[in-house]
Amino acid sequence: MAKKTPEINSSSTADIAFLLLCYFLMTTTMGSHTGLSRRLPPMPDPNQKAQDQKVNRRNIIIVKINSQDRLMAGTEAIDVSQLKERTKIFLTNPTDDPNLPDKEIKNIEGLGNRPVSKGVISLQNDRGTSYQAYIAVQNELVKAVNELRDEAAMREFGRKFAALDEDRQGIIKELVPQLISEAEPKDVGKRRR
Amino acid sequence: MFRKDGKKSMPGITSGSLSDIVFMLLFFFMVTTQMRDNEQKVVVRVPSASESVKLERKDLSSYINIGTPTRNLQAQYGTEPRIQLNDSFKTVDDIRDFIAAERESKSEQDRAFMTVCIKADRDVRMGIITDVKQELRRCSALKIMYSASKAE
Repeated sequence: MAKKTPEINSSSTADIAFLLLCYFLMTTTMGSHTGLSRRLPPMPDPNQKAQDQKVNRRNIIIVKINSQDRLMAGTEAIDVSQLKERTKIFLTNPTDDPNLPDKEIKNIEGLGNRPVSKGVISLQNDRGTSYQAYIAVQNELVKAVNELRDEAAMREFGRKFAALDEDRQGIIKELVPQLISEAEPKDVGKRRR
Repeated sequence: MFRKDGKKSMPGITSGSLSDIVFMLLFFFMVTTQMRDNEQKVVVRVPSASESVKLERKDLSSYINIGTPTRNLQAQYGTEPRIQLNDSFKTVDDIRDFIAAERESKSEQDRAFMTVCIKADRDVRMGIITDVKQELRRCSALKIMYSASKAE
């Protein structure tokens, strides 16, 4: 016992273990959910008479998905890949086509008067539509709106939408609203579950 | 004899076991975080969407799982898509109670921000989802989120 073997300093193992602990704590909670956020329309009051929401024909585009996952926008059958461009043209109406939505001059706080499209996208699906196709269509519509918002943000503030602060994002959201209505379910076509 | 020995050197507290304690904590957290998740009784392969955004308040969300029962439960429940709320299979009519219970568990000022996260399998037909959506509208739980994985 005259000679002692030098001990390895073990006090730092606790720190290493703490680091690991923190790592696991963070990663387990950070596995967060992603998805597409939507707001459902409130249920119409049964006592109330169904009010005629007079939406001008030109201001609405009806996107239909049938039970075979085929897509129709307006009056023509299109592919999912074309939907984004179609929606963007519908919402911007660059040539002031009388068949495409009207624009309303709106006074937006912080920007002044800007034309805001009145276009509404109405999404109708069949009971037999697959969820994958439905989400793909929703995704394309959101992508179209997001791209328009990016363009508007570039035009107004010279920056992308995601890089703006919350107030400015609100302004852009007002300028390019995301009006996607999920229509009342209609049983079109054959039932297939 | 004893007093003499004791006076010579105070025994220091060994910190070597500290790491063991922390490791124990580590294992505890690792195990519990996995166990806290509800047991999945339905197979959910969420669809992918490039525009999916993060859920802002995870504590304010409740989940509705829709999909076919897992293989070991298929003998009992069949292969038709089913709705799973919490830990058990439910029908569309049970959603009302589920939403009411979820609302009750949130604090007063947060109830308006409650999000219902619909986790549905990609092969599920829209019929069942439409039913769920209609029921949610009836319960006026209007903030929903279609769960989708981020894909580029």
